[in-house]
Parts: sequence; C-alpha cells; structure tokens
Amino acid sequence: MIFGYAGKFLEVNLSTENIKEIKFDDDVLKDYIGGRGLATKILWDRLGSKWETVEPLRPQNMLLFLTGPLTGFFPGARICVSGKSPQSNGVIGSTVGGEFGVELKCAGYDGIIVTGESKKPVYLFIKDSDVEIRDAGHIWGKDAKQTVAMLTKECREILKSRFPRYGEWKEPAMMYIGPAGENKVRTTVVAAKWTHAAGYGGYGAVMGSKKLKAVVAKGTGPLPEVADMEKVKQLTQVVCENAYESELWRRWGTGSAGYEVGAKTSSEPIRNWQEEWHDEKSFGVDKFENRVWIKPYWGDFGCPTTCLKIAMVKTGKFKGAITDNPDYELQAYLGTNLGIFTPEANVFLASLIDDLGLCGIQTGNVLGFVAELFQRRILTKEDLDGLEPKWGDAEAFAALAKKIALREGIGDLLAEGTYRAALKIRETKNVDVLQYAVQSKGISIGAHGIRSGKDYPQIISYACSVQGGDHTSTAGLPLDGSGSELVEIFNDSAVYCNFNSFGLPRKLKFDFYKAVTGLELTHEEWCNTKALRMLQLQRAMLLLGGPDLKWNPKIHDENPPRFYKPLPTGPYKGKTVDKAKFEEDKRKYYEAVGWDENGVPKSEILRKLELEDVDKALEKLRVKLSEYFTVHTE
Amino acid sequence: MTTKKEPIWVARDLAKCSGCRKCEITCSLFHENRIWPEASRIRVFMLVPGVEFPHFCAQCEDYPCVGACPVEALSISSKTGAVLVDKEKCTGCGQCIDACLGRIPHMHPTEGYILICDLCNGDPQCVKVCQEGEWNMLKIVPRKNYTYKLYARTPEEITRDLAVKLYGEIGEEFL
Repeated sequence: MIFGYAGKFLEVNLSTENIKEIKFDDDVLKDYIGGRGLATKILWDRLGSKWETVEPLRPQNMLLFLTGPLTGFFPGARICVSGKSPQSNGVIGSTVGGEFGVELKCAGYDGIIVTGESKKPVYLFIKDSDVEIRDAGHIWGKDAKQTVAMLTKECREILKSRFPRYGEWKEPAMMYIGPAGENKVRTTVVAAKWTHAAGYGGYGAVMGSKKLKAVVAKGTGPLPEVADMEKVKQLTQVVCENAYESELWRRWGTGSAGYEVGAKTSSEPIRNWQEEWHDEKSFGVDKFENRVWIKPYWGDFGCPTTCLKIAMVKTGKFKGAITDNPDYELQAYLGTNLGIFTPEANVFLASLIDDLGLCGIQTGNVLGFVAELFQRRILTKEDLDGLEPKWGDAEAFAALAKKIALREGIGDLLAEGTYRAALKIRETKNVDVLQYAVQSKGISIGAHGIRSGKDYPQIISYACSVQGGDHTSTAGLPLDGSGSELVEIFNDSAVYCNFNSFGLPRKLKFDFYKAVTGLELTHEEWCNTKALRMLQLQRAMLLLGGPDLKWNPKIHDENPPRFYKPLPTGPYKGKTVDKAKFEEDKRKYYEAVGWDENGVPKSEILRKLELEDVDKALEKLRVKLSEYFTVHTE
Repeated sequence: MTTKKEPIWVARDLAKCSGCRKCEITCSLFHENRIWPEASRIRVFMLVPGVEFPHFCAQCEDYPCVGACPVEALSISSKTGAVLVDKEKCTGCGQCIDACLGRIPHMHPTEGYILICDLCNGDPQCVKVCQEGEWNMLKIVPRKNYTYKLYARTPEEITRDLAVKLYGEIGEEFL
C-alpha cells in the first residue's frame, strides 16, 4: 500500500443498492495518482469500449468523487468530481474546495464510484465504514441553503442518537445538488457549502439523473499515514509562508479581477464577449470590499490563503443576497458579461445561481448568448416567455436563470447549455447563431480572453484543451512549461488547490508528493509519461464522444468565431487572433503531444504509453474521420 | 505571547475565524502526530457556512467538568490553568460533557477517553498558527479574575449568535 492513501474506494450501485469496497493496484495508483488522472483510468476501463453509446444522463454513466494522495496534506483541500460529461461528452476533472475529501479519507476511503440510478431521491450517508443510502424525498426540490441546513441538522441528529456519549458532533461535510441538478440541467454544479462548486463538466446533472441529492461524509479516523511527516510539516510551512506573502490572493482573492482584467488586460467577457475591455470603476474591488464583503477571509481545510470572502447585500432591492466574493469568474460571467457593473446586482445573481445549483460560468455564458440574440432581434420577447433580457437587467436574467433551473418554457432549451441551444436555435430561426456562441466543445470559455494577448491563455489554449473552454485546464506550449495542460493535470490528480502553489518552485509539489507517498516523481517523468498518458485518455474519450454530439477536431479544435473579430474598444482595440498563427500553433501542439494532422492521437505515442486498447479504439477515427463524425457537422 | 510561567487564557474573537482549520491540523499533529480533525482538542464547527468557529475549552473559573468527574480523571494544571485528562483513569463516561455549559469536551474517536484542551503545556500551538496567518482570532493573555465561563456555550448557541452577527436576522433561518 502506498502512503497517503486510505487504501480503498467505495462503490455504490444506486439501482441495486449494493454497496461495496474496492481497491486499485498500487501500480494503477502510481500511474494515475487520483482525482482527474484516476477518473480517466476508471472511466476508460469500465466504459471505454462502449463510450460513444453511453448517455451521460442515463444510468450507465458513472459519477466519481475522488481525492488524491495530497488531499488534506497539501494546504487547501479539494475533491475531484468526474464521469462522462453531459457538456463535452468527454471527461472533465472538476475540482472543488472544502472538507469533503478530508472527511472521506478520514472515513477510510479515497473516493466514491456511484453507478446506476435510484428509483427515488436518495442521499448517501457515510460514517466511517457505515455507509447507507437514505431517503431524500423531503430534501428534493430544496435550494442550496435549505439543503445544507436540513442535511446538517438531520445527519448530526443521526450521529448523536447513535453515539450519545461522543459529545457534540461536528457537522459532516457534504456534496449536493440544487433544483437545477435535479432537473438534469447541463449547466449545473456539484456544490459544497453554499457557494463552492465543481462546475466544469456539468456533473450536477449526472447526480440529478441518478436521483442522488447529496453525499454526506463523517470520518472520525486520522488522515492516512504519510511516508515522512517531518518533511510534510516542513514543506507545509514553505507553502504557507509563500501564501502569507501574497497580498493579492489573501486580500482580494480573485475579486480584484472583475475590474482589472477588463481595464488592464482587455480579456474580460463583456456583453457576451462583444467587448473585452471596460473601465467601470463602479466594479472596482474596493466597492466589493467596502460595500458587500462581510467576512474578509474565508477558507477551506488547511488553507493559508483563504481567498474567499463572504458577500452580502445590505440595502436596496437585492438586500439579503449572500454569496462568496463573487470570485473573478462570477464577477465576469454574472456581471460584465451581462452588462452588470455593480457589486449588489452581481452578488444578487451569484447568490441565486448558488441557490439553484447552477454553474455561474456556464449559465452566465448562456444568459449572455441569449441577451445578444435578443439585442440582435433574433430572439424576441415572445420567444422568451415575455422576458426581455436587456444588458444590465439583473432581474430579467434572474427570471431566466430560474426558468433554466426548472426547465420551464424557454428555460428547457437554454438548460442544454450554449452550444446545444445554439444548434437548436440555428435550426428554428435559420440564422447562424453559432457565431455568437463563445464555447469550445460544449464547454463555455472561462472568463480569460485571448484576443489582447495580455492574459495567461495562449491562442490554442481552449481549442486544444481536453477540457474544452475550462480556464483551469488550458493547453499550451511548451509541453513542460507552466502554461501546459500537463502541468495542470497534477493539481487535479493529486487533488489540492493550485492557488496555494503559485510562486513556488516547480520541484516543491513533487517533493510534497514524495513526502506523502514515499514515491519519487520528477517533472520530466510526469510530463513525458504519466500526465501525457492521462491527456491521451481524455483526448480519446473526448473524440469518441457521443451519443448526441461528436467533436470533429478539424472543425471543433477551434476558437469561437468571435475570437477572430477585432477587439472593438480599449487599449488593445483592433487586436485579434491571427488565424494563420493559430493553425501554426495548433499544428505544433498536435506534433508535441503526438497527434496526427487530424488531431487524433497517433499509434506511436499510444503504444509508447502502453495504451494499446486506446490505439485500437481510435483506429476508426483514423481510417475514416469524416464518416465517424457524421452525427453532426457545422 | 507571554513567556511568564503563569496561568494563561486563550482569548478568542470568534467572528474572525476564517474556517481554515489550521488549528485542528496543528493540534492533532502536536498531540497525535497525525492530521486528525476529530482527535483535535480544538474543533472548528460550521453548522452554517460562513459561521465557522473553534469550539474548545473556555477554562471556566469554577471548572464544573473537573468537579463532575466521578473517577478524578480531571485535574487543573497549576502551571497553565488548563484541565488535564488522566487517560488511564478516564472511563469515557461523558459526565464532564454534561457538566460543561458548552458541552465542549468530546471523546477521542478511537481511544475512549475524553479530550479537553491542555494548552499544550503553556504554549498553545493553535494560537501560533492562527497568529502566523494573521487571522488573529486566538491570542494568549494572562489569566485574570474574569468570567471566562461565559464562553462555554454550545455549538448551536454560538452559531446562532455569530450567524445573526454576520447575516443579520436571516441568520436564524440557516440553522
């Protein structure tokens, strides 16, 4: 057994209500680590042979909650949620902060594999090795705050009645869905606390399709034994001291970016990316700090940064709205992208999105898309159930968000997410609305534009990523550089918060990995073998796709059309992505990762990485690429 | 931090807690050499998100827990003023929990004896990490003739108070 792991996983079949413990060989854990890496391995082994036919929102899909060996040890604990994504039809490693991963490991499990589908709403309650499927009929339909309150109370009462002499029980940690997840909306999250979200991938809808309202865990044991505790302590101190120095993240989290990314780097989505520059000082971080932040430092297990802040609106029509910061992504997607430039309206929308269990990024993207179609009179008031989503009108966007969460009226179409909704609207309106859809392979582009060239993503970052528009997993060259997706896979597989590793020497995280697991791992081995293998697996499943959509790399390894239009305003006015340069960079990227000119992983690299079965599965794409992708073309 | 060998008190400004739980980590490492939140002598409760706070011994001036122990497993350190648990004598009966106004002591999850903050023999580790990160929710002060007992409240009581302080009247609804 490898240090740092609890040593076993839970597998729960909701159809048969069978609960069992399973183990993975040490070699599997050495190669695939945990979290995102292990998710690709589990999904490929179990579903790979029939991947194209697996419906993400049907019982044959699986839902994974995976920790990694560094969870709970590296400062800032997270958990990785995965499965076949109802957004990309591939695999996303969607991580979220909180104590859930720690409770799970303390209960003796490195992760949970959920299969099948329950007949009625249920939740999973884990208390150490006691695991039970419990009725959730009374919680079904409840929003985030109600769900957390009810489950906290109920589970503490269970613990108290079972262990009356223990003393007061701390709340267990939980992962849950809101009404949007229950309604299988593709733009949903798996949530923790009120405001923490595993957003990318849309796994809230998978959870909803399984009628699994929540997973609740209380572990009373210690975190697993590590190889060298003194070294873990010493490295923890290095990480913490580095984080304490970071005035930016500690004071503001990412909350200063709502103004700065627009005003300085011209890479913020504004009115559905029609612009990327603004100079609205009403949206300055000082306004958030002074008007709405009621808790200046808010963090999860072991975090030295505590980048989150709690915001609450104290006056006006949005009084009583509560959320975190909002962080930059939500400032952008539920703020500037909708023409909203005040903290109060932004907090109001973010709070509602939390309550409904929606993803602020994916939903903010589809709301912006609809507002632009309304602006261009492609969609009318009649099409939108009488609503008029004008830029800046937070209440109109709130009304639309509610419809999406409940799949009511027009909300049913928008609940499919920007890309799928765009395909449908193109069909009914006979207008090329895809030019206004800012997404990549079913995943909305994170709020960091590439036209100005001043933000961190490269021009191929979203087009070539195995996680589509995910801004936390961007592709880039050089492959072993800090902008490479391979580097990001480490955080998601060892499962900890990358915000606590900014500014640290690259070697430190591998030293940390060794101190915990006892295993040597170098950056070179990581990039050349392990991470590259995970990347190929993710790429294979992304390309196999299906059943409703398949991505033809010749068409879909591409930027949103909007990114080829010149920026219309700001200091970088006129700048855009050079198509020829993009094609050149894409070609270089394909070459570097071992993909052929069509973007399909070559036999050579797959065999080198001992992925012979993947090589076999991709053969049909190599022979007749165009035939494979007849499902839909643009 | 005080260096004098006199009884101390850990002053607490609960509303400043970030919920980082570094106090739990450091406490369990100090006492158990493991990261073990449930075996920590200081435990961060979050019955309502945003309302995190550490629940740990208030060092009441009349030490009701010590008086309630039927087997004299609890004593008061003359050096620090902390309640000390004799692991051998403790039977895990839980009478000290009932005697504590804040129901603060809790059982060691595997060893069957009660856990109460022992002030790390006068050098509380939780205070160090809290100050190191500049959250400064915890602070060491000389023990005086004040009513520390007021701080012995149940997690529900503290949560209700802090929730209202943070969120106003709607804070009550989240419990």
